[in-house]
Amino acid sequence: MIPRHQTVLLVILLVASLIMGAVLWNQLRRAHERLLRGEVSVPTQAPLVAPAEQATLMVADDADNSIAPRILTLPLPENPEARARAVLGKLFDLDAAPDSTHPVPGGAGSIAQVFLLPIAGARGKTSAASPQLAVVNLTGAFVAGHPSGIETETLTVRSICATLNANLPRVTEVRFLVDGQPHATLAGHADLTRTYLAAQTAATEGTQP
Amino acid sequence: MREMYHRRGFSGTIAVFLSLFAFFPALAQAPPAPGATRFVVVLDPAHGGDDLGAKLGSRAEKDHALALSVKLRSLLVARGIAVVTTRESDANVDALVRAEIANRANAAACLSLHAAPASVHNGPAVHLFLSSLPAARDARLTPWRTAQSAWIERSTALAGVLNSALTQAGVTVTLGRAPLAAVDSMTCPAVAVEIAPQRPAGEQNAADADDSGFETKVVQALAAALVEWRSDGGQLGEHQP
Repeated sequence: MIPRHQTVLLVILLVASLIMGAVLWNQLRRAHERLLRGEVSVPTQAPLVAPAEQATLMVADDADNSIAPRILTLPLPENPEARARAVLGKLFDLDAAPDSTHPVPGGAGSIAQVFLLPIAGARGKTSAASPQLAVVNLTGAFVAGHPSGIETETLTVRSICATLNANLPRVTEVRFLVDGQPHATLAGHADLTRTYLAAQTAATEGTQP
Repeated sequence: MREMYHRRGFSGTIAVFLSLFAFFPALAQAPPAPGATRFVVVLDPAHGGDDLGAKLGSRAEKDHALALSVKLRSLLVARGIAVVTTRESDANVDALVRAEIANRANAAACLSLHAAPASVHNGPAVHLFLSSLPAARDARLTPWRTAQSAWIERSTALAGVLNSALTQAGVTVTLGRAPLAAVDSMTCPAVAVEIAPQRPAGEQNAADADDSGFETKVVQALAAALVEWRSDGGQLGEHQP
């Protein structure tokens, strides 16, 4: 038989525990509300908006197997690699547009990365003028969806090389990767394993015998 | 004994020279004297096996290229021209193997045969492509991947003859340069011939390559051009860079 005073004490402790739990729960809820009220929902740092600049895009035309410059005003980042990716992204957007003269699906998302590397053997020049190799990493989806044919594939390669050279004059050579790996051809024809001379691409590859 | 030593020395010298030739394929394929050469044409039907190439209506480019090769070969053989082909069946042949076959043949002309859907803007046409490599003078120690650079001049001349014959046959021709691995490695006057047949009326996304009239006209013009190339002295020994 439990003594009466012990039963009363147990009940008092149980009631006190429940009251303390309720008070703690209430305080926790209030603290959470205070925290939410004090939080600023706007970004802590505004995103950097690149200044709009003129970019020269070398747009391909299937009708006469040519590439022609088109000057557009685009927000271009300061970083050269981001800049290269931005101009190529815009070029691919033009190709993917319904009224494109060189229809290729994909758009700006087809460029995974662009890396700029100093060319070996050009150490004698100052770093500001030293030639660079651009490594363009295309997505597998872009390559899989590219129309097959010598003419259309060659035009795509030429327009990429010429656009890079027009906007980043230090880029003299271009190589291609697909999903980070070497790839034999663009869509069965244009060789993606060789190094392209960016400056000569537009000038020589369109010449007629 | 001394004579034997001399013989051994002589044999050793020959062995050294032979091994040098083995290490430098361009040297090893130096042509024989002009009088000993025969006129050989290499036909390279593109793609094959699981490499379908472009989709042309109901047919793949690989089938169209092979059919084109068979027709052209029969016309050339009938005109007394020796023909070497890089594939005779639906087989997957690597680009470098194609170039190896062509280079071993010491060919006077190499044609890489392709097919593509006709342009939305243009009608049926033939596109002639040279290698986009810059021209080089010295052919002796050229790397395999850029071996065609020493042959650009002769390839340009061959493209001119093909262009002339096709134009005379009433075929629309466009000329250009393209980066093609097989052609870039060939040590012969080489041109990629891409046939873009008529797009069927109302069909916007694909072309049916089964335009036999156009194809026959093109094949006959190509055969006539190669006969002219032979009569113009397109033999290997006379024009080797």
